[in-house]
Amino acid sequence: MLSSIRTLWYTFLHLFHHSETVQYPEQMPYLAPRYRGRIVLSRDPDGEERCVSCYLCAVACPVDCISLQKTEEDGRWYPEWFRINFSRCIFCGFCEEACPTYAIQLTPDFEMSEYERENLIYEKEDLLISGTGKYPDYSFYRVSGLAIPGKGKGEAERERPPIDTRALLP
Amino acid sequence: MAIIHIDDREFTANPKDNLLQACLSNGFDLPYFCWHPALGSVGACRQCAVRQFANPEDTTGRIVMACMTPATDGTRISIADPEAVSFRASVIEWLMTNHPHDCPVCEEGGECHLQDMTVMTGHAYRRYRFSKRTHRNQYLGPFVKHEMNRCIACYRCVRFYRDYAGGADLDVYAARNNVYFGRAEDGVLENEFSGNLVEVCPTGVFTDKTLSAAYNRKWDMRSAPSVCVHCGVGCNTSVNERGGQVRRILNRYNGAVNGYFLCDRGRFGYGFANRPDRVRTPVLRDPGGSMRTATRTEALDALTKTLGTGGKIIGIGSPRASLEANFALRRLVGADGFHAGVSAREARCLATAIEILQAGAVPTPTLREMEAADVVLVLGEDVADTAPRVALALRQAARGRSMEIADRLKIAHWQDAAVRDAAQGARSPLFVASVAATRLDDIAARTCRAAPCDIARLGFAIRHRIDANAPSVEDLPEAMQALAGEIADALLAAKRPLIVSGCGLGDEAVLRAAAGIAQALNGADRLPGIVLAVPECNSMGLALMQGGSVEDAIDTVTEGATVIVLENDLYRRAERKRVDALFDAAANVIVLDHVSTATVARADIVLPSANFAECDGTLVSGEGRAQRSFQAVFPKDDVQASWMWLRDIAGTSEWHRLDDVVRSLASAMTQFVAIGEATPPGDFRIAGSRIRSEPHRYSGRTAVDADRTVHEPRASVPEESPFSSTMEGYYGQMPASLIPFFWAPAWNSIQSLNKFQDEVGGALRGGDPGVRLFEPNGAAAPRPDATAPGQFVRGPGQWFVVPRRPIFGGEELSALAPAVAERIAAPSLALNPADARSLDVENGGMIDIDFKSGSYRLAVTVAPELPSGVAMLSVGLPGMDWCALPGWGTPRRAEPAP
Repeated sequence: MLSSIRTLWYTFLHLFHHSETVQYPEQMPYLAPRYRGRIVLSRDPDGEERCVSCYLCAVACPVDCISLQKTEEDGRWYPEWFRINFSRCIFCGFCEEACPTYAIQLTPDFEMSEYERENLIYEKEDLLISGTGKYPDYSFYRVSGLAIPGKGKGEAERERPPIDTRALLP
Repeated sequence: MAIIHIDDREFTANPKDNLLQACLSNGFDLPYFCWHPALGSVGACRQCAVRQFANPEDTTGRIVMACMTPATDGTRISIADPEAVSFRASVIEWLMTNHPHDCPVCEEGGECHLQDMTVMTGHAYRRYRFSKRTHRNQYLGPFVKHEMNRCIACYRCVRFYRDYAGGADLDVYAARNNVYFGRAEDGVLENEFSGNLVEVCPTGVFTDKTLSAAYNRKWDMRSAPSVCVHCGVGCNTSVNERGGQVRRILNRYNGAVNGYFLCDRGRFGYGFANRPDRVRTPVLRDPGGSMRTATRTEALDALTKTLGTGGKIIGIGSPRASLEANFALRRLVGADGFHAGVSAREARCLATAIEILQAGAVPTPTLREMEAADVVLVLGEDVADTAPRVALALRQAARGRSMEIADRLKIAHWQDAAVRDAAQGARSPLFVASVAATRLDDIAARTCRAAPCDIARLGFAIRHRIDANAPSVEDLPEAMQALAGEIADALLAAKRPLIVSGCGLGDEAVLRAAAGIAQALNGADRLPGIVLAVPECNSMGLALMQGGSVEDAIDTVTEGATVIVLENDLYRRAERKRVDALFDAAANVIVLDHVSTATVARADIVLPSANFAECDGTLVSGEGRAQRSFQAVFPKDDVQASWMWLRDIAGTSEWHRLDDVVRSLASAMTQFVAIGEATPPGDFRIAGSRIRSEPHRYSGRTAVDADRTVHEPRASVPEESPFSSTMEGYYGQMPASLIPFFWAPAWNSIQSLNKFQDEVGGALRGGDPGVRLFEPNGAAAPRPDATAPGQFVRGPGQWFVVPRRPIFGGEELSALAPAVAERIAAPSLALNPADARSLDVENGGMIDIDFKSGSYRLAVTVAPELPSGVAMLSVGLPGMDWCALPGWGTPRRAEPAP
């Protein structure tokens, strides 16, 4: 009995509290840069695709909503196609954590409502942005040992020139 | 059995093993790199350190390399010892200092032994902050990709390639941190076992180039146990599938057959299954003669109409189709109407081979038993081309003498470097009698080049030397006499002599000679073996059905008959004009196939049949071992197994699943009674579950088809199969014939295999897959009075042309794979230099050669070792017409085109 009265009393007091209603969408809420919203694929500082099609995002995804296919051009790995089924995505961010190249990033955008589920299937051209996203400086191929056009063997960061296997020097 | 103590617990071990093998066999996780069960130990990587104690009182002990320490009785070691643990972590850290930051762009990632071992030792953060050494890569041909930066210098590649497979063009260069494993210069890896480098290399230096072209990680591919369809040896493989395509073939360990290694034809020949021009839909010929694709119903209606008219039906089976498919055809057309789809000469050779193996007294060994042979005679078969995996086994057999020397010096067999140092390349006698040079010559004690009938004569002479009651060979040249004596003496001195021959030359006398030698050797305390190589994956199974040949079908065809051709290109089996005559005479030609062939182009009705990866089926290898392969690819169109098409044509309804066919086959033909035992039946379940064919982290399930439909399509469920087509199901200890892929916790690479063996390097747990259909019963020993054929006499202006089926191109299906196609040499006629001079042609010059069946224009290769009067023609190559070989041909210098 006493508890019921106390509950009614607390509820009554809420009439005099400050209202928390936000006038969305006229009034946009602040979302931190690390908010986990719509997924994008970023580019490296040279403007090339960061995604190297390593499949780690796909395997990390708990709802299996990422699928891609690797292809290769002049030694550089790309996704031939890259598809995210946002109607399945739970925005857990595991893909971003798994990504070794900072290619896949979650952005502070959640406004993705659609009437048709088909419209929530994002292909590579829908996902790819023109910038570097949250990590402006990183370029995977500058540290990787693969040779790509413009960067031969031994030209990555912290690499010595290639060995001359015919040299007799110690 | 030795008792060893690991971390104060007692375990049994084989005293012939080393401690690493003992630890792995007892289920421990002990990291290693340079040791390989088939290659032995060299102690190069220092990774498998454990602490060994002298006795129970010893608490100090010392760090030893497990792979270099024998598992003697009473050994006490500790794997968990803190110093051993930190030693192993430090070694990995050193190995990783120069390792590039490549895992995301490395084909090995996710199934990498180096990754597994790094995680196992706990080395998680790089402390090394200095620069890394780098290497330039090489082009190594269409099969293998090279990325030298990733090398950890374990030496496995050169030890496999040079020491195990006998290759010469891969070597190690430079010294210390700079060592480089590659060729002297860019170029195709010549050895036909180069593909094994992909599995032997513990990191991503050597990767599968054909997989890289359409790459997926190991965890993303459905896998099913399969059997190689590219020769008659019956190597076990795993087929990996993604997106409806075969992505790669992996070796599937079978302790009795292929062990750890496959040949390149088997590993890279799968490309035919993905060809855009393959048959995927039924095709009907309109009355006007043009072909159009049709639906399944249309095709079946057309078939009913065709077969409803009555008339004779002739069925032609195929040595590359499964037993079930051939049986279904045989049942549809009746035993009289069924013809084995091989040439008459091949049918005769196969029948002889079966007679020798089934009714003789000498058993045919498994590949593992072949490796234990102490004297080998290869009589007239170039096994490196026709049964490459057998050639690799013979290479190991030749090392037997080295092992005897090691035994004498009390050196364990796994002490690889020590055995090689002590033996100084000593080899057991291996004799090669062939028409031309073979790729086994480098390990042969003596080689002999002769025409097929002279090879047979040599065989009969050897037999006469062994068994004086056997008829002697008249007029044998002195050199041959001496050689026969030498070989006979070596064979008589052997404990386990092995005679290797086969159908490659198409000469029954050679087969009979081989059988005669084996027969003569039988008895006393010798255990002889005889190996007869057969040309195709199910040649043996088809021959056991006893269906004659294509020629018989051509002879019996009558005007207005219906011809049903099962997965066979008749233009590869008989003369073009005779096959044309068959098709012209037939009122209806029905062809079931999965690849587009010249025969498919002549068909009135084409039915898309499933290839080896798209259906379950049983194949019988040359050894007589029936093995089942399982479906990995689930086609979305009208493709279905040939036996299902044939069932639908016949309208029989009692066959619902493969097991029904297997049961009918076993009851209809006594020779196949045992095939049901090859693998558990389709309703096999473990704890109520099917075995999953996709790894537990198969990805992209809800996105991969989302561009077509957002409603995830139902997974195709195979009717009655021990496998589920998805990641749902059981994965653990399963029957050896049903292991879809090798994976174990903490072991993502192929090295996880040691968790599936009773003893490392031994049989798979539960017994190696497959069942032998026959053992020799000795009922009809080869005719003791069989006499040798006459001496080879060269014809005037004629050459005796013998066939050669090159490893790349000599087999129909693999030749259609783009990677293998790159390795196919242009067809050529090999001639002895004197013969070439007499025809006034040089190496590379063109020549016309006339056979009874037609003439060819070919380039000439001068082969100094060829006997005079004998020419060798590479056959079976794409675009080449069939011709009756061996046979006489008249060559003449080609007149230059005007």
